[in-house]
Amino acid sequence: MRVQGKGLNANGAPLTFTFDGQEYQGREGDTLAAALLANGQRLVGRSFKYHRPRGILSAGSEEPNALVTLGEAAKQDPNIRATTQELFDGLEARSQNAWPSLKNDVMAVNDLMSPFLSAGFYYKTFMWPKAFWEKVYEPIIRRAAGLGALSGETNDDTYEKAFAHCDVLVIGAGPAGIMAALTAARAGLDVILADEDSRMGGRLLAETYDVDGQAGADWATQQIAELNAMENVRLMPRTTVAGAYDQGTYAALERVGHHRADRTGPRECFWRIVSKRSILCAGALERPIAFPNNDRPGIMTAGAVRSYLNRWGVAPGQAVTVFANNDDAHRTALDFIDAGVTVAGVIDSRDSAHALGDYPLFKGGQVIATKGRHGLTSITVEHSGGTEEIATDCLAMSGGWNPTVHLTCHMNGRPTWSDNIFSFVPTEGSVPNMSVAGAANGVFSTLGCLQDGIDTTQRVLVDLGVDAADVETPSAEDAPYRIEPLWQVEGKGRKWLDFQNDVTVKDIRLAALENFRSVEHMKRYTTQGMATDQGKNSNVAALAVLADATGRGIPETGTTTFRPPYSPVAIAAMGAGSQGHGFAPERLMTSHHATTSRGAPMIEAGLWYRPSYFPRSGEETWLDSCNREVTMVRGAVGVCDVSTLGKIDIQGPDAAAFLDFVYCNTFSTLKEKRVRYGLMLREDGHVMDDGTTACLGPNHYVMTTTTAAAGQVMRHLDWVSQALRPDLDVRFASVTEQWAQFAVAGPKSRDLLNTIFDDEIDNDSWPFMACGTVGISGVQGRLFRISFSGEHAYEIAVPARYGASLFGQLTAQAEAMGGGAYGMEALNVMRIEKGFITHAEIHGRTTAFDIGFDRMVSQKKDCIGNAPSRREGLLDPQREQLVGLKPIEADGKLTSGAHLFVEGADAVRLNSQGYVTSVCYSPTLGHDLGLAFLKDGPNRYGEHVILVDHLRDVRTLYEVCHPVFLDPEGELARG
Amino acid sequence: MRLPCPLCGDRDRREFFYQGAAVTLDRPARDAGDAAWNDYLHNRDNPAGETRDLWHHEAGCGAWIVVHRNTVTHEVYGAELAQKAKA
Repeated sequence: MRVQGKGLNANGAPLTFTFDGQEYQGREGDTLAAALLANGQRLVGRSFKYHRPRGILSAGSEEPNALVTLGEAAKQDPNIRATTQELFDGLEARSQNAWPSLKNDVMAVNDLMSPFLSAGFYYKTFMWPKAFWEKVYEPIIRRAAGLGALSGETNDDTYEKAFAHCDVLVIGAGPAGIMAALTAARAGLDVILADEDSRMGGRLLAETYDVDGQAGADWATQQIAELNAMENVRLMPRTTVAGAYDQGTYAALERVGHHRADRTGPRECFWRIVSKRSILCAGALERPIAFPNNDRPGIMTAGAVRSYLNRWGVAPGQAVTVFANNDDAHRTALDFIDAGVTVAGVIDSRDSAHALGDYPLFKGGQVIATKGRHGLTSITVEHSGGTEEIATDCLAMSGGWNPTVHLTCHMNGRPTWSDNIFSFVPTEGSVPNMSVAGAANGVFSTLGCLQDGIDTTQRVLVDLGVDAADVETPSAEDAPYRIEPLWQVEGKGRKWLDFQNDVTVKDIRLAALENFRSVEHMKRYTTQGMATDQGKNSNVAALAVLADATGRGIPETGTTTFRPPYSPVAIAAMGAGSQGHGFAPERLMTSHHATTSRGAPMIEAGLWYRPSYFPRSGEETWLDSCNREVTMVRGAVGVCDVSTLGKIDIQGPDAAAFLDFVYCNTFSTLKEKRVRYGLMLREDGHVMDDGTTACLGPNHYVMTTTTAAAGQVMRHLDWVSQALRPDLDVRFASVTEQWAQFAVAGPKSRDLLNTIFDDEIDNDSWPFMACGTVGISGVQGRLFRISFSGEHAYEIAVPARYGASLFGQLTAQAEAMGGGAYGMEALNVMRIEKGFITHAEIHGRTTAFDIGFDRMVSQKKDCIGNAPSRREGLLDPQREQLVGLKPIEADGKLTSGAHLFVEGADAVRLNSQGYVTSVCYSPTLGHDLGLAFLKDGPNRYGEHVILVDHLRDVRTLYEVCHPVFLDPEGELARG
Repeated sequence: MRLPCPLCGDRDRREFFYQGAAVTLDRPARDAGDAAWNDYLHNRDNPAGETRDLWHHEAGCGAWIVVHRNTVTHEVYGAELAQKAKA
């Protein structure tokens, strides 16, 4: 019901929205909750466990009950708090957790079962049989008890993430936060003022207090306008600071699009704010009182009832009652009387209470019962004068206010109990460089908050060495906060604490009785303080009940751990930008377009995409294509893009000495225009990577790495150069992206190159392992006569901008000569045929000795990994060493990862003789081949081993052989 | 968390690669013996408190730096280039 002339948005434009399909009118500036209450819609949801009818409890982000779903299908947003959702024209909201309708929810039968559904019910009931838990019990429970749900469809809404830096981050824009921001800003500091509300001002928007002789809300608007005009201030409304982290870093969630009907643009932005100092002015949250049946729609916190009247001009009822243990709640009665709404009574549990205005006061009174299935109709009050029933449709309750200490506890801090306000206050120094001011610090009067905001900030200025700011304290009310504790009211009926999780006083007592006396145990046993609201308005009262039940004080009972986020943050916001193609960068070769347009399936190699094979018509499987490509290279010529290999340009007078130190073999003897294979060890003597390094000229080398290890090798070279050998005068840079490089392999490779080179090459000018520059249509390229296929082969590199063009020329010429492009599958087959290793073999646990390269570890010089590679055990013949495997049985399967056993041995771990690392079908030899590591392998050529793969149920007899299956003398590559 | 790169200033820790304790700056001689090498390669303290460790400014200037910090409070006291630092 709207109250004429009340509300900050009294002149707001009319807006149309629907709730559960029914159309309503609201006003610009309303929250969904305010608009629902304005339309008399008190029932808004069903509770999690018992499906109890529930209404709006609060007016902020702490709301446990009023959760709704917005949007349809893929864009469905569940668990939106109606109390923070701003109304827009055309908004469509749906209630949750009720079927077939909110008013007639069949699962409400759970409520009748409640005597059997007490705390720990699931643990006690669904214990056996074990197999039933996952398949039967959990699905049933999840269906019956739940919040809103996502659609399960892919949501293409966008989210953002961003970074911000400031001198002072002020969290919360109430009276304390405004004065803190003004004080810091006038001192010239860079200030960010963040507030979760759409409009800044905090409680000043919800109260009728004057500040500096004008309405508090108007005063707040003026100060915010001043701040907004200052260059050094950034205002961040709709931004919840969700977590406090090391070094003044804060996580914050800005709701960018939720308040607009137009869904273009991001929904939310996840901020990381780095501040030198922060001032927490997060205010306080009001707590309910646990009295019998205190969960009916229409029973709300007293401050919230005032918010709806003063900020939105909405009376949540026509006959309002108040139940409280403090003076503050009496303001609700005063404001409603001023607005002309009936106040049927104020029930104050304190004998010392006195009326602050003209309303019936029940001193020493308690509400002991309530009525109204879908909404409050009356309360029963017991007081010094007797018992009576009062008709009321809105009960404003207040058990006092809890400072919002959450952020002060995010770095292991624990709050301190205060007997002045009967709540927890922040413990100083809990978060380095964070100060707390205002209600968050237990200061509750308006003047107190304004002054605390100034004083706290002036102290921060001193710490930062900044001159004090010129700020005067505005005049404001300074009423004392009078409170006597009241946590629960005895009487028939359930006394609800956690409305969201349906936890009652009885549940907490049961937990204590069953010895779940630690607060952390109690929480998990009863679910008190879990789910989307994290018990913001119920935890302190639950602790008080637990303390009472266990005979301890509240400080001894302690709190559970406050963890980020303060209020829910969508995973989509934290992962903003990482959906789909944003998940990881994609590195594409210059031949990518030509490759995919030939229909080649691409596989990921690190961040690179490389072709598996190039299918041709008539080929039905990848193996058909692969076999054809191998045969094509070995018989004619093939072209393969090898640009993905890491390329590092190394220069300087000590470049050769540097290479000698990072490679286990010697490079200082490498002549200009020559290439050498190099093996790189880790400092622990195991193989890190391998590749070729070419000497292009005096003190100028280009090193290649494997595709996978390019980053690791670059980091390693930085390490060696900076930390271990700063004495060496050498510089290097990654040039992987700068050069496109193609392997041209096969007996016709030189013929192919001679069709495109400006000057012909021959075997004398370009012998095996030669390198140098060549001209291709006037473009200077680099030619390396190296081979990973075992064939007569070259790699030709050109500046990346010519890559696509060169790939086109090479493949066209190759096809004209009976060859063509080949992919990773064929490349892999050819290297296995030649016994060349990849990271399948140098997988981090193998040494140079294990792969038969021990003699490469030069003992004439030191190098990374030299001494450790000689350690006892690393040169033991019983180590598993590289061998080849060839089949004995015609159709025997060979699988990678299978283990090897001697004939007759049990195929169990202890008997394992080694394992298979690489397998392929060799079209050249006409059978399967494998590379494996076998104990004492080089001395066992000719022996038979049984290969056992338990996963794929394979057992095959194989013969151990030398790992080079083809052309062991290397004549093809030299020819 | 941010680390003070001596070349770039305060930078987000996501720009850095973490290596481990700065004791690896003190590389044994080739003939130091297996005991010295095993110690260098494998034995590390696990301090609750102040520590010096190596980070590589991989997404920045490429410098290896030694960061002096506290594993309990997460305070970062400072950083120096590995090139100039001692183990």
